[in-house]
Amino acid sequence: MMGLARLAVTTERLNLDALIRCVHDAPISDGSEGTGAVASFLGLVREYNLGRRVVKLKYEAYEPLALRAFERIDNEIVERWPTARLALHHRIGVLTIGEVSVAIVVASPHRADAFAASRYAIERVKQIAPIWKREFFKDGDVWIEGATTDPDDAAAREEAFRLACV
Amino acid sequence: MRVNIRVFARLRDIVGAAELDRDVPTGTTAQRIWDDLVEEFPDISTYSGSISTAVNAEYAKMETVLDDGDEVAFLPPVSGGELPG
Repeated sequence: MMGLARLAVTTERLNLDALIRCVHDAPISDGSEGTGAVASFLGLVREYNLGRRVVKLKYEAYEPLALRAFERIDNEIVERWPTARLALHHRIGVLTIGEVSVAIVVASPHRADAFAASRYAIERVKQIAPIWKREFFKDGDVWIEGATTDPDDAAAREEAFRLACV
Repeated sequence: MRVNIRVFARLRDIVGAAELDRDVPTGTTAQRIWDDLVEEFPDISTYSGSISTAVNAEYAKMETVLDDGDEVAFLPPVSGGELPG
């Protein structure tokens, strides 16, 4: 049976159970104590943003580079939390309120690493993944643009670690 | 030589296409391609200070020298950067 890719950009609805199975089945990188914790994070399409009522969102990605970004994040996580295993799927296309746009799962022997690494993953996705969001309102639409982060920017990585480990 | 230019999100809306092919001299950098694009589509000039680039789907610098057949992508700021607070 083909295993689900741990890292993906997809137009399909995200399936948290499948991601959990995916990290649970993945080999443990340094043969340690086994899985004792799985932390998950889902990002949803929120109804209000910056005071405006959102009708729907459209996500667009430069897919091959987004996968590169996910691979970087995966490597960064293993470097910092060697026994953690990440699954990260981001949805693209048109999404309505309450739908899941990003799903992150981290398995590790102990909960602290699972929580920290999953927080780190979402912060890094937001910093470096080439995925753009267009918000549609009742009477118009706008591309949401934040800040561009160089993936090699050490200060940005530090900020993501800081957020993950508080 | 010929390069394939990819633009995304609002940049693509302004340019009116997701991809463009351009014939450019050997030794052309991503920066030079961008400067030419700004000349062609002046409305994108507001992005000159904020775009990043990728060459053949790998993160790259604007000073990167391109080869024939390369795909150079210009990436407007990503949406994720949530405002603090």
